Amino acid sequence: MEHPIQTDYLRWIVLLPLLGAAANGLLGAPLQKKLGKGLIGVLACTPLVISFMLSLKALFDLLALEPERRFLIDRVYSWLSVASLQVDVAFWIDPLSAVMILVVTGIGGLIHIYSIGYMHEDRSYWRYFAFLNLFTFAMLLLVTADNLLLLFIGWEGVGLCSYALIGFWHHDHVNTRAGNKAFIVNRVGDFGFILGIFLIFWTLEQQGHGTLTFREIEKFVSALEGQELWGVGVATLATLLLFVGATGKSAQIPLYVWLPDAMQGPTPVSALIHAATMVTAGVYMIARLHFLFALAPFTLAVVASVGLLTALFAATIALTQNDIKRVLAYSTISQLGYMFLGAGVAAYGAAVFHLMTHAFFKACLFLGSGSIIHGMGGEQDMRKMGGLRRHMPYTFWTFAIAVLAIAGTPLTAGFFSKDEILWQAFASDHGSPLLWVLGVAGAGLTAFYMFRQFFLVFFGECRADHHTQAHLHESPKVMTLPLVLLATGSVVAGWIGLPAIFGGSLFTAWLEPVFGAHHEVHGSAGVEILLMVISVSAAALGFYIAYLVYFRATVSAERFSSLAGGLFYRLSYNKYYIDELYQFVFVGGTLLLARIGAWFDQYIIDFLVDGSAKFTAFVSWLNGLFDDYVVDKIVNKVADSTFAAGDKFRRIQTGNINSYLYVILGAVVIAMIVKLRYWS
Amino acid sequence: MTIGLAHYLVVGAVLFGLGLFTVLTRRNAISILMGVELILNSANINYVAFSHYSAGNVEGQIYAIFVIMLAAAEAAVGLAIVLAIFQIFHTIDVGAAETLKE
Amino acid sequence: MEISALVFYLLAAITIGSAAIVAFSRNIVYSAFSLLGTFAGVAGIYVFLGADFVAGVQILIYVGGILVLILFAVMLTHRIADVQITNRSAGMIPAVVIIAVFLGLLIQSIRDTPWAKAKEIVYLPTTAAIGDFFLQHYLLPFELASLVLLAALIGAVVLSRKETKE
Repeated sequence: MEHPIQTDYLRWIVLLPLLGAAANGLLGAPLQKKLGKGLIGVLACTPLVISFMLSLKALFDLLALEPERRFLIDRVYSWLSVASLQVDVAFWIDPLSAVMILVVTGIGGLIHIYSIGYMHEDRSYWRYFAFLNLFTFAMLLLVTADNLLLLFIGWEGVGLCSYALIGFWHHDHVNTRAGNKAFIVNRVGDFGFILGIFLIFWTLEQQGHGTLTFREIEKFVSALEGQELWGVGVATLATLLLFVGATGKSAQIPLYVWLPDAMQGPTPVSALIHAATMVTAGVYMIARLHFLFALAPFTLAVVASVGLLTALFAATIALTQNDIKRVLAYSTISQLGYMFLGAGVAAYGAAVFHLMTHAFFKACLFLGSGSIIHGMGGEQDMRKMGGLRRHMPYTFWTFAIAVLAIAGTPLTAGFFSKDEILWQAFASDHGSPLLWVLGVAGAGLTAFYMFRQFFLVFFGECRADHHTQAHLHESPKVMTLPLVLLATGSVVAGWIGLPAIFGGSLFTAWLEPVFGAHHEVHGSAGVEILLMVISVSAAALGFYIAYLVYFRATVSAERFSSLAGGLFYRLSYNKYYIDELYQFVFVGGTLLLARIGAWFDQYIIDFLVDGSAKFTAFVSWLNGLFDDYVVDKIVNKVADSTFAAGDKFRRIQTGNINSYLYVILGAVVIAMIVKLRYWS
Repeated sequence: MTIGLAHYLVVGAVLFGLGLFTVLTRRNAISILMGVELILNSANINYVAFSHYSAGNVEGQIYAIFVIMLAAAEAAVGLAIVLAIFQIFHTIDVGAAETLKE
Repeated sequence: MEISALVFYLLAAITIGSAAIVAFSRNIVYSAFSLLGTFAGVAGIYVFLGADFVAGVQILIYVGGILVLILFAVMLTHRIADVQITNRSAGMIPAVVIIAVFLGLLIQSIRDTPWAKAKEIVYLPTTAAIGDFFLQHYLLPFELASLVLLAALIGAVVLSRKETKE
């Protein structure tokens, strides 16, 4: 790559939300009290809107350049400069980060606007927006950082804000516990992540190229080839460690357990952080470091397997959940699994494409569910909903579009992106038919649980109590407008990434400077169309079953769930008892360890201590005799005389400054006389 | 008779004596602080005089400036203490504020 | 007698004369005001010694700062009318005696000491040299002094604030 172009405005894309966070965080409380909540909302949304416009400007600036020279940099200052470790605070925009900043500022901006309506009743309005802005800042820092260390700052920053926002309603203990869980589980992942960073730097340093900057890592990445640590390739080890970080942040097996609990936060937070942006950080990181992962086929296989496994696993759990947001949470985990599947078969473009389309329809679904919860007066149980389409037309239609998109209905965004991933899973070098079959099964499950939710919520008789029914209402404009825009995006966003057979993907071409020219795939257009038809049929099957069970009710849901003695149902409903397992293994293990420690302490250590104590006691007894009769006499005498002397000397301390001064002066005079008369 | 180093030192010494006298005899806290200022000034005269008579070496002056700095700090804190004492005891006679003694 | 010597004696007289008023006046307001003469006289002596910068600092800080502070303190703690009462002094005679002895010894040692003096006395602007010293050789003390001033500032604020009753 040639010399990048210094572009000064990039820093403002990142820093404006920070300014908003500072304004709301430091001045929010008095402003809200004096000038009302309107100002707080404006203060929070304006930076996002300006950031979005600057992101668009960056996009057009990139478009104006030739494809292979599309990168802009804004080097703000040199942050660390220690020996070979040179880290700048620098923001870096290439086609990949351009996509990310557009998603973060665009969808983030819509969610900010939506929040104005959703959080309107909340007393801590300003605190909410301060954290939301701070989160946006951290996320933008993450996706524009030009080196791993700066990325890590953003990575930690989003984790912190996520923690703060999950536990936003901290009066309820459940919420704070969910926040803690998210933070601690993420910590496990972050530990792996930072070890990976260290390993990369350390190895490059040994080769004389110590650097953390992405461009330079890419330049010197061949130095990692053939390097080994403990008999494992350094590239494999480092990428595995990085992937551990990604599983934490992006909620993959085994570290996904925090995400369903994270739904305790306000719904727009779930939409922004736990669906559209933060959880995609892992996918972004792998895409950003794709040159590193390319050196480690084993890691790629792990990524693909974990992704696929998560996709299926979470989809089966989503089948039986009754909480409207939990279904979406497991759906998010499942969709993230698809992204990792894409990344794992080295189809980074497809993964990022799915990331983007998913951001649209999942944000739309979450915001739609938020609108429903808002209208239902806080009710989240789908068994108590039903027939809402008459009361909430905007929410209904936008939700419908988003459901169609996530189920992979042809011509919607979800269809193109998911199909791209499935096709790559089948046809790329790293892919295999098995991956494809399982992926299609997951697509069928997705269609089923999404339509189950859709029918339960919007059709049939309303099962809410009379009080709630009487208060059912459509949400205000400030909430429905973002919904409409996101629903539009859920359809339109897919059209920039048409499959090769329909004219080729603009999106893939756009990312080509980052990921390199598209590699060969095995398979013809005919096969691709065939596969496409099969996956659509799977989705249609899922839809049809949901339709039968939950709309027509020709098959009762009870019979459905009692399949195989209700075993599957119970497993899925209880989320495979994974939380209980973790509780048992990790929390219980820690407790067991503590008990073993306690036992050891009680019987072994205490025995030793007691023995030595008895011995000491004996020695002390001997000592005591000596003490009583010899030492005490002396000590008492000294103490007595000190006391007597103190009693006499006390009188000198009059507390009168003048008399002290006389003494000092007298001493000086005497010293001078002695010096002048007798010494010179 | 030309003015030499000794002249300055004598001026300094006399000033020092007067400052000392003030500190020794006054019972008023503010007066005592004034005496301290006189003493600091006399020390400064010595510093600057030594500096002058060692031909262009300004290090003595630097010490003088440090002393002035500390004098300012001392005056600020000292007078604040005096005011605090005055608020509590309604007098600034140093002999009166002796409740800490026992 | 040279004119410069005359000026010196004049300055010395102002300094010591006003210092004597500080020391002996029964009225604390007179004491405080005559402190002005002392500070100004000392500043004159600095000028006489070629220490232009220190003289400026003396005027700025002593006259402009400390003296004003002292006057404020006097005003705040006295009803001007009955100043004499609170400015009593004690133990004049022992103080006079011991200080006389002390001064005698001091002046004797000044006379007897063979001061090492430079051959040539120079009069040069000192400000630049002082600045260089502060930012190079004496950088650490300089920064410490600023910390001390900050601490004094905060301390003064804390001390002179009115106690709020719990």
